Amino acid sequence: MVNWIWLFFLVSGIVTAAVQGNMDAVTQAVFDGAKSGVTICFGLISILVFWLGMMRIAEDAGLLKALAKLLRPVVRFLFPSVPADHPAMGYIMSNMSANLLGLGNAATPMGIKAMQELQKLNPNPSAATPAMCTLLALNTSSITLIPTTLIAIRISAQSANPAEIVGTTLLATAVATAAAILADRWYRSRLPAMPDRKG
Amino acid sequence: MYEFVSLLSAWSIPALLVFIPLYAASRRVPVYESFVEGAKDGFQTAVSIIPQLVGMMVAITVFRASGAMELLIGLLRPLLDLVGVPGEVLPLAFLRPLTGSGSLAYTADLIQTYGPDSMIGRIASTIQGSTDTTLYVLTVYFGAVGIRKAGYALKVGLFSDIIGFVASIVICALVFGA
Repeated sequence: MVNWIWLFFLVSGIVTAAVQGNMDAVTQAVFDGAKSGVTICFGLISILVFWLGMMRIAEDAGLLKALAKLLRPVVRFLFPSVPADHPAMGYIMSNMSANLLGLGNAATPMGIKAMQELQKLNPNPSAATPAMCTLLALNTSSITLIPTTLIAIRISAQSANPAEIVGTTLLATAVATAAAILADRWYRSRLPAMPDRKG
Repeated sequence: MYEFVSLLSAWSIPALLVFIPLYAASRRVPVYESFVEGAKDGFQTAVSIIPQLVGMMVAITVFRASGAMELLIGLLRPLLDLVGVPGEVLPLAFLRPLTGSGSLAYTADLIQTYGPDSMIGRIASTIQGSTDTTLYVLTVYFGAVGIRKAGYALKVGLFSDIIGFVASIVICALVFGA
């Protein structure tokens, strides 16, 4: 599906530009897009280096195991195919906790680390396992308690009640996450042959 | 509730930065060496995502800059008008899964133009806050471990984006009264 979307974006963009005589914009967009891809990666370096270092300390101290143990019922329900004592669990839980608090910068490194741990269980390293898809679904719908950036924007726009959208956002994000979990379950049940781990 | 959670958000990182190393030290973990050991992977991981991110960002930027996205929105807008949803928020349905900074900029613009306390401002705020940038998350998370076949992950992500978009509109209409 990613292949098709990628192809659709490129081809529809270039065809539209050709019809509307807007080809210069496309050429410029190619350079701008490539540049922002690299810029984002460079921005990620500092965050990843720092948080992966911190998380290693937490792992060595046994904190991640403790966190996974604490939230075991949630994890067992969402990730039935991953062994309960696997290191991936601690990273998954810290990723979800960081998302909940709206700490996007900290959530990404933890999520990537969780993916790397899940990859160790993957019998076919180029294809995503159901556990990986679940983790991704949780992150794309990302339950956040307080959308801090938006409140800041609303304050600067002189809203009478900048935080009034906290409740609606929380409800909407809960609905979106529930939809993601249900859809994930449905796809899982249709793919019984897709193994989650080696052996 | 809001004050409490925002206080929690503001203090959680400093608290973690004190708690994790202190606790680890009490368990006789060589904290600095552990940190360096873990941090080593950071650079490699970030750089390994460059091909995926460049490819995706180019396609998204071309799609937006060429006017193809606007064309698609123009086709869909009558449908939204039919059910009484302000068509101004429709571009967000496309921008939100594609680009985090792009949709944030668009939301900020809607809030400036129509006012933060208008229905459009509230719906835009709710949409922006309720989901994450699906395509970016997929590119970064799967890119970092070299997954090429995304399985059903993208379908689930986009499905939940659509549900989040519809839910935002419905919930805002119910709470703030359309």
